Amino acid sequence: MLYNTMDILVSLPFFIGLIYLVLAFLYRSVKWIKGLSKFDKLRLMQSMISKRLFNSIREIFLESLLHRKIFRKNRVLGYMHMSLAFGWFLLIIVGHVETMIADQSLLVPFHKAVFFRFYNTNEDFQLTKFFAFAMDFLLLFVLSGLVLAMLKRFKKKVFGLRRTTKLKSGDRIALTSLWLIFPLRLLAESNTAAIYHNGGFLTSGVGHLMSYLVNPDVLYIALWMAYSMALGFFFVSLPNSRYMHIPTEVVLIFLRNAGIKHKKQNDTYTDVQVYSCSRCGLCLDRCQLSVAGIDDSQSVYLLKNIRNNNLSDEKLFNCLMCGKCQIDCPVGIETINLRITQRIESTRQYNSSYEYLKTYESPKADVIYFAGCMTHLTPGIFTAMKQIFALSGQNVWFMDEDKAPCCGRPLILAGQYEAAKKLIENNTQMILDSGASTLVVSCPICYRVFKEDYTLHNVNVVFHSEYIQNLISAEILPVQKSELKMVYHDPCELGRGMGMYEQPRELLKLVGNVIPLNEEKENAYCCGGSLGNIKIKANQTHLLRDQALSEFKALNPDILVTTCPKCKKTFASGRKIKVMDIAEIVVDVLVKGEDKRTIIPREEIIEEASLKSDLVKL
Amino acid sequence: MNNLDFLKPKSRQIDFDKFDNRILDYVLEREESFLTCMSCGGCTATCSAGNLTSFNIRKIGLSLRRGNVKDLSEEIEKCMFCGKCTLVCPRDINIRNVVLLIKKRIAQLKSDNAL
Amino acid sequence: MNIKKQVAIIGGGIAGLEAASVLIKQGLSVTIFEKQNREGGMLNHWSKLFPDFASSNQILDQYKVKRNNLNVFYNTQISSIKPKDNKFEISDNCNLKFYADSVLLSTGYKVFDATLKEEYGYGLFYNVITSVDFERIHKSGELLKTASGKQPKRVAIIHCVGSRDAKVGNTYCSKVCCITGVKQAIEINKMLPDCEVFNFYMDLRLYGSKYDALYLEAQKRHKIQFIRGRLSEVSEKEDMSLQIKAEDTLQGRPLRMNVDMVILLVGMEADELNPDLCKQTNLQLDENRFFKSKNMQTSRCGSTQIGVFLSGCCICPMTVNETLDNARSAAFEVVNYLNSDAHE
Repeated sequence: MLYNTMDILVSLPFFIGLIYLVLAFLYRSVKWIKGLSKFDKLRLMQSMISKRLFNSIREIFLESLLHRKIFRKNRVLGYMHMSLAFGWFLLIIVGHVETMIADQSLLVPFHKAVFFRFYNTNEDFQLTKFFAFAMDFLLLFVLSGLVLAMLKRFKKKVFGLRRTTKLKSGDRIALTSLWLIFPLRLLAESNTAAIYHNGGFLTSGVGHLMSYLVNPDVLYIALWMAYSMALGFFFVSLPNSRYMHIPTEVVLIFLRNAGIKHKKQNDTYTDVQVYSCSRCGLCLDRCQLSVAGIDDSQSVYLLKNIRNNNLSDEKLFNCLMCGKCQIDCPVGIETINLRITQRIESTRQYNSSYEYLKTYESPKADVIYFAGCMTHLTPGIFTAMKQIFALSGQNVWFMDEDKAPCCGRPLILAGQYEAAKKLIENNTQMILDSGASTLVVSCPICYRVFKEDYTLHNVNVVFHSEYIQNLISAEILPVQKSELKMVYHDPCELGRGMGMYEQPRELLKLVGNVIPLNEEKENAYCCGGSLGNIKIKANQTHLLRDQALSEFKALNPDILVTTCPKCKKTFASGRKIKVMDIAEIVVDVLVKGEDKRTIIPREEIIEEASLKSDLVKL
Repeated sequence: MNNLDFLKPKSRQIDFDKFDNRILDYVLEREESFLTCMSCGGCTATCSAGNLTSFNIRKIGLSLRRGNVKDLSEEIEKCMFCGKCTLVCPRDINIRNVVLLIKKRIAQLKSDNAL
Repeated sequence: MNIKKQVAIIGGGIAGLEAASVLIKQGLSVTIFEKQNREGGMLNHWSKLFPDFASSNQILDQYKVKRNNLNVFYNTQISSIKPKDNKFEISDNCNLKFYADSVLLSTGYKVFDATLKEEYGYGLFYNVITSVDFERIHKSGELLKTASGKQPKRVAIIHCVGSRDAKVGNTYCSKVCCITGVKQAIEINKMLPDCEVFNFYMDLRLYGSKYDALYLEAQKRHKIQFIRGRLSEVSEKEDMSLQIKAEDTLQGRPLRMNVDMVILLVGMEADELNPDLCKQTNLQLDENRFFKSKNMQTSRCGSTQIGVFLSGCCICPMTVNETLDNARSAAFEVVNYLNSDAHE
């Protein structure tokens, strides 16, 4: 076949775009991989020659092409993504096979496959009819996704989305050219089919219709040229638009499966995660902050701001760090760790050294109880724990009863990681000096940092609900199941943070009846009082709190039980429902025996108190 | 030893004409709740860092509002960010944010060699 | 006026009773609806009144005289008011329906629930009590005792519990607590001369006639110490004594103190049922959930509903004598309304 100038011109925009895209992507990829630490590079290399490679390929197929995770969340949205990605992928593959068969060659030039109908107008080959049908079918598949994508822009509700992300100009060019590619392909192929009758069910039909309107010969070159230019524009604009997520996600999957982890400082793995965000907006829907009218600091905007280098502190620190956005992210971006790292970077200049810290002499003990700062403002929890420890018969040291540094987690949440290390060091030494084998904490904020950031050899860090359950199992704490109707609130740091959902519920089942919530476990609300959000205003916190409380209240429980002093305090301030910590409720249902040690008869105190308040009401 | 000496101006008299508003304006622009402090001292009473050292968060706020920012950078370092102050404040002041903003501003001024 | 005009008073505390006695003298027929089984409301719980240590019984007794043209419904909780043909239909949770030409609200206040300030340990620690508990003890004639039955050596009185506190949603000042704190400090000193008393305040707001004289007396004769600082938390020791934490803001240093007892000066809150009464009328609540006056300056007793009037602590926190003054002016507003053309 002879190529005239026109033929070359038609594929030129496509080629220029493709070459630019490939070079740009290669440049980025090389930069990313070069920027990894020595160990991470080694990890990546090793993963390439192990079976992890297959895991990566499988994941790329399932997530990048089929979009399984989005499917699970929302079928229409999943279909939209799948038809565009997988449909286009199949168009390329099937198109290539078609060209190979037509040319009777395994090596066919790339553009020939893309513009097959243009170059191959009248040659009959084996399976012509089949391929014409298949290619039309696939084109229809992609177009159906495109129609949905357009609908999504204008009618978000169809997709179960409340909001969709805002576009910037680079994205607009990419979006427009992407939207044009397939309709133009349809028009070009249909027009060609009207002349050469080489179309399938779709293109010949549309071509027939078109030929009534305009003479096909007039539009022939123009339509193919337009199609090629749409492709070219899309490819050129892709590296600077959000569509960069398409190739980057592949890189991310390889890196992640190689075992590369997010760091406490920005590296190129951060960049890969940032570029992998497709800005689908699922995290926006998850974020509770919108209830308080905060609409510009969510994860998708964080990633966008990092990428565009315009992240402000006001946005960076306006996040509950509750971790709800992370659950739904189809790309699996570690939104919370990523944000903590940005906070670390933002506050790196001013970490405190806490030179005033001293280690006091630790008394010898079997068990240490670290109540935590928040628990000191909820003496109900502290008192209940004291009674439980009195019954345990163990030698307990109330480490921070008088004075002790904070656990360090609030500092980490504020990005002051280096400063937190000083507190961690100080506390670690005091804990180890006591010779205790168990460290009990009743605050999930403390629990998380003790588990994740402390190195406490031979010391078992136990959450108070676990400790209490162990005592009950060992028949040291005699409890009697009550008729209480309870709802259990999962604190963010314990639930999504540490994955502890079932244990507190099991314990509660021993003392009463737990009513399941609509939004619980990993979907649980944040109370709004999170220490993670440094910018939120008090009245905004109240809006979040009341949203959660109204769901609890609807179930009409006797008590709202939680395992976090901060959640307790936040919910109690709503004055809608009685709030108790799990330790308090256990102490309430304790069977009081004769032989038990001197414990404060708590129920009498409460009786006394209610008597007092009755008197007030009288 | 009293580490609070920094809070005493060199002369006993407070000179309001030499008001240094560089940190105050920065904080107020971003956290207006800061203005509503009535110096009840609840924050200082509960402060985890104040328990261990001479750190006085209420006085820091007061010094700032009076434009007396000398040696503030050394003192603000002592905060542990635990959030107890914010939790007891009867005026709902977001004290953690105030501390973060002061630290940020001081770092800015220092890098400009202006402090 | 052939038929006597009917006035319904909701709440039989001193505001309602005082207004009733004025209205009866004006020849009106008055009906009081009281939710409890006796009249007098919250005053029943108070022992002696500031600033002159007058007995609350003295005031209550003057209302115990039987009067014509006064009906009192006890144990009746009014849940709705509805304007109907120039009258008001008043109903309770049962089947009671009552028609009146004018309604006077004197529903009073409720005491702040101190368990909401968990950090102060009320309901958790035996030796933390409220000012209401103290009045009860004082009225009974007993001496103040700790949980273990001993006489306290040191007592801390905490001002502003549930008042001026955004954390519990009350940003207003309850007005009477500061002077109550001074009064109770003196009473403790009179009761137990060896007991040290410390008052922890944010601002001393003693703005009434002769209140400062009481403050002076507390300092001079009773050696009461006043410390400027808000309490952050209370914790309990092994022996059930208490450790309190505050800042001595005048010295600029955090303060810890071991005390045997803590008395919380609990503030006043609007009644929880106020919103119910607004439902079928034009009545409105102010930002503190008390009833909104027609005009802050010129018509404090007028409500936002024509024909319905306000008296006493359902408008805002008031002292006893302010309540009585206010009730009398409310009564005159009712009379003016019933004699006016607007009503005819």
